[in-house]
Amino acid sequence: MSAMPALLAVIHSVGLLTCFALLGTSRIGACIRFLSIQGILFSLVPVIAHDDGLTLRVLLLAGANIGLKGVIFPAVLLHLRTRAGFHREVEPFVGFVASILFGVVALIVSLTLARELHPALSHAPFVMLQAAIFLVAIGLFLIVSRRNALIQIVGYLVIENGIFVLGAITVVETPLLVELGILLDAFVAVFVMGIAVFHISREFGMADVDRLNTLRG
Amino acid sequence: MSLPHLFAPVAALLLAPLFVGLINRTKAFVAGRRGPPLAQPYRDVWKLLRRGAVYGEVTTPLVRLGPVLNLATLLVALLIVPFAGAGAAVSFTGDLIVLVGLFALGRFATVLAALDTGSSFEGMGASREVHFAALAEPALLIALATLARITGATDLGSIYGAVATAGWAHDAAALALVGVSFLVLELVENSRIPVDDPTTHLELTMIHEVMVLDHSGPDLGFIQYGAALKLWVIGALLIGLAPLHGVGVWFALSLALLGMAWLAVAIGMIESAMARYRLVTVPQFIVGAATLSAVAFMVLLV
Amino acid sequence: MTALLLSLTVLSLGGVAALVCVARAALAHFLGQAAAIVGSLLGLEAAISVLLAGRPYSISWNWPMPGGGLHVEIDVLSAFFLLPVFGVSALTALYGRSYLANAEPGAASSWLHLNLLTAAMALVVVARDGLLFLLAWEIMALAPFFLVIFDDRRESTRHAAWIYLAATHLGTTFLLVMFVLLANLAGTSDFGGYSAVLRGNSALGSAVFVLALIGFGSKAGIVPAHVWLPEAHPAAPSHASALMSGAMIKVGIYGLVRMLTLLGMPRPWWGWALLAAGATSGVLGVLYALAQHDLKRLLAYHSVENIGIILIGIGIGVLGLAYGHPALVALGFAAGLLHVVNHSIFKGLLFLGAGSVQHAAHTVELEELGGLLRRMPWTGACFLIGSAAIVGLPPLNGFISEFLLIYSGYAGLLLPATVIAAAGLVTLVAMGLISGLAAACFAKAFGTVFLGAPRSGEAEHAHESAPPMLGSMVLLAVLCIAIGLAGPFVVRGLTGVVAAASGLPSTEIGAALDPASGSLAIATALFAVLVVLSALLWMMRGWRLARAGVRRAPVWGCGFRRPTVRMQYTASSFAQPLVTQFRLLIANREAVVAPEGYFPAAASYASDSGDPFLRLLFVPTFRWFRGVASRLNVIQHGHIHIYVLYVAATLIALLAWASL
Repeated sequence: MSAMPALLAVIHSVGLLTCFALLGTSRIGACIRFLSIQGILFSLVPVIAHDDGLTLRVLLLAGANIGLKGVIFPAVLLHLRTRAGFHREVEPFVGFVASILFGVVALIVSLTLARELHPALSHAPFVMLQAAIFLVAIGLFLIVSRRNALIQIVGYLVIENGIFVLGAITVVETPLLVELGILLDAFVAVFVMGIAVFHISREFGMADVDRLNTLRG
Repeated sequence: MSLPHLFAPVAALLLAPLFVGLINRTKAFVAGRRGPPLAQPYRDVWKLLRRGAVYGEVTTPLVRLGPVLNLATLLVALLIVPFAGAGAAVSFTGDLIVLVGLFALGRFATVLAALDTGSSFEGMGASREVHFAALAEPALLIALATLARITGATDLGSIYGAVATAGWAHDAAALALVGVSFLVLELVENSRIPVDDPTTHLELTMIHEVMVLDHSGPDLGFIQYGAALKLWVIGALLIGLAPLHGVGVWFALSLALLGMAWLAVAIGMIESAMARYRLVTVPQFIVGAATLSAVAFMVLLV
Repeated sequence: MTALLLSLTVLSLGGVAALVCVARAALAHFLGQAAAIVGSLLGLEAAISVLLAGRPYSISWNWPMPGGGLHVEIDVLSAFFLLPVFGVSALTALYGRSYLANAEPGAASSWLHLNLLTAAMALVVVARDGLLFLLAWEIMALAPFFLVIFDDRRESTRHAAWIYLAATHLGTTFLLVMFVLLANLAGTSDFGGYSAVLRGNSALGSAVFVLALIGFGSKAGIVPAHVWLPEAHPAAPSHASALMSGAMIKVGIYGLVRMLTLLGMPRPWWGWALLAAGATSGVLGVLYALAQHDLKRLLAYHSVENIGIILIGIGIGVLGLAYGHPALVALGFAAGLLHVVNHSIFKGLLFLGAGSVQHAAHTVELEELGGLLRRMPWTGACFLIGSAAIVGLPPLNGFISEFLLIYSGYAGLLLPATVIAAAGLVTLVAMGLISGLAAACFAKAFGTVFLGAPRSGEAEHAHESAPPMLGSMVLLAVLCIAIGLAGPFVVRGLTGVVAAASGLPSTEIGAALDPASGSLAIATALFAVLVVLSALLWMMRGWRLARAGVRRAPVWGCGFRRPTVRMQYTASSFAQPLVTQFRLLIANREAVVAPEGYFPAAASYASDSGDPFLRLLFVPTFRWFRGVASRLNVIQHGHIHIYVLYVAATLIALLAWASL
């Protein structure tokens, strides 16, 4: 379809903006909402960039993705936030300004890497390739640099998004099993992590992961 | 198996107690006494065989089996040990290993019979006996190894046959060292001075005597006769080293009997002249004998 | 071959069934024991049929694992080693059910581990593929762990199990390195491929020999890698100790002999290494055994000593191969291999006996036993035969293998080459010392446990063992006597195995073994004369005493008014002269409160006979490692972010490296 590159470019730009927003925001509720926008956007990539037609399978999978990443996961995370009682990320390990600067560096690195990889994966749209690498990098950074456990779950889901995009554009004939596996992975991870965060906050009165190392034997 | 071959075991059976009697007579003579008659050991064994026995309260059949097994092993050993170059009654390669095994069996039976009485004296004697035996066994094996190397054979009959005739010509030094080693082993294995005093009455100083402290009757008779046989057997191993080639078989046998008598007198003299070593010195004594044999062996290799 | 596979299946399934039914103890015990006995008998049938037929059976499958293949073969060497594996397993199973009769609920699960151990040992012995060998080896190493930790409520048992686990995995590391090295060079993990690549390359051969010696040697129990034996064997239940000591350590010897067959013509220094290792293990093993006052620990150290004897035999054989003397090859290998079977018989018997003692008197501490021969006559008689056999007294089976070994020493002595003569002398000195010390040690063990008067109330109320336990011990004792009396036939029957182990043709081996076999025939005749003479003397004695009369009285106590059983000679006192003589080697630690004054009020003596190698070599080494490692503990701070940062950094580094 001739509109494909344009649509992909839109998704690419908005997606990148959501990542920078995640890097710069300290309010947890806002982070979760940015994550849901990101999830919905990138779930549309297989629909747009499909190779073998708009089959029912592709539509169903996109719908499932949107449902999970756009609705259910954010709902769960928001519920957790309310129960645990945190609303802001107070003191990250890496400050917000530095985070944004890191985002810029990650952008450059992802561009370089995508350019190296592109000849091997010639049928994949370049922008999506770069977006995938960028998402993984941002997700890792969120896990490493933030204290709050909820933000770490958000970072994990960002990585999941990146892997999903990479899978969607590079694999020619996506086996159903792989897609479902990725979805299941995210599903289980969120619930397990949610339960863990709930219990940690109830037991220790905080969700500050930094202090957990005092439990070490 | 001809008549000379049978001579040796029969002579041993008949004359072994006389050997003991000769030792005792020599010791008495040196001490200025007349001493018991030469045939006294025969009378002792005969008397004991007719006596009844007293056994300890906690004993099992082992205390009765020990002396029997000990004597039986020595009787079989008589068949293997050659006498005066006439060869042994039974001879085969590796029979020296069987000889060592028979000694080990006899010793094990005696030690277990001693422990069976449940008395601390027997335990002490058994403990010292196994200590010295553990050191004496390699000494015996090395001495026999040196003889095997000199003569190139591994059965006692051939070894002693060759030693008597040809060994002294080439390897006199090694043979002399082995001879000294055998003399020490004779004293050690039969618990003579300087290893143990056979006439002491102090239980705490005994080794062999105290192991048989609670045996009586025919058992004690077997033990005493067996002790005489053991003296004879190891003495025969020592006397067999003497150079005797070129003489007739019966003449050699008579010379050997004279040699045994000479050995008995020599043992009596050694027992009279020396005092008993302290218990911690005896291992050094035994290891010294083993070293002599080992040195003899190295001399052969060079 | 089908019999063997069937046997392995029965063993495994029976074990699993015992585990599943563990709640119903009687059923579980029955299933486990029945599977063990049936499986072992099937396996024995397979082994004996190969030994009689004289040619190997082999099957080969491809399996879906990456690398490796399922290549299993029973040749004469494997069949020979299957004999102790299955034989001891059947008899310990017969013994085990009565032994565990009063154990806690859940004890039936030990049948799983026992059966798995047997099955794994059999698989190791018949595997001809590196990966299959290692898999079976690992199962064989892990199954006894659960047996050792059977009585896990005691701290000492847990400690022993830990030492066992660490030792077996350290040894397996060397084997892993060796097999990976060989598979890489040969391109296949099949033993046939290894053989081809080893015969050309001499440096590789030496490296493989060293790795095999350490790896298999640690399982067999060569000094200094023996430290797990005296910890693990006392901790496990006695029938498991019998199986471990009777069969598992022999599998280590099998591995060594199999690698020797693959290595082809040996270098002389290999033979010297084996001889040195054997002599050291033999002498040190029996010296440490002398200092022990726990019966099972004493028996465990004796296993170390007997492995030393086996290695001396194999060392002589290898020296014979290296220098080209077929007589030495035949005699050395025959002595070593026969001692493998002999040792499994009498060591199994001794451990089962110790188990009966523990079952009856609830202790294996020598200073608390005594007088058990009158209370347990059959057990005592079997233990006596086992002791006499292990000391090497004629006319039992131990004498036959020691005869062959000393005979090979003398055969070496007579050869003109100085080096071989020296090897022969070393053999003689070692064997002389070992058998003398072993006699002392077993006089102490048997005398303290079974003779004299009971030193504690428990020993006084000991009772005879149950019939199945007695049955298995009597069977082993009968085997000891039978092999001893059938010496010449046994030696001639070893021709096939020795030919397989050494690579020389059977005719040459047979010709070299004939003189020894002939000598043994005459010796057996002499032993028959010995038995007849003993019988005659016994009858003469009985006849005399019937006339003269017998009385019972207390033994001479030097006039003490009130003798007690504590006045008997103790085990530590019995061994004291020898332990003091060799104190530099034994390093026994004692705590003595000596009696003082004319009327001493109290005195005490305690000795700690912990293994010197463990105390002075391994524990300091591990402590040093722990010190180094704890300095690296810095990276384990507990901050989860930094852990994820480690992951991200590694990822970036790999990407950078890949793009270079």
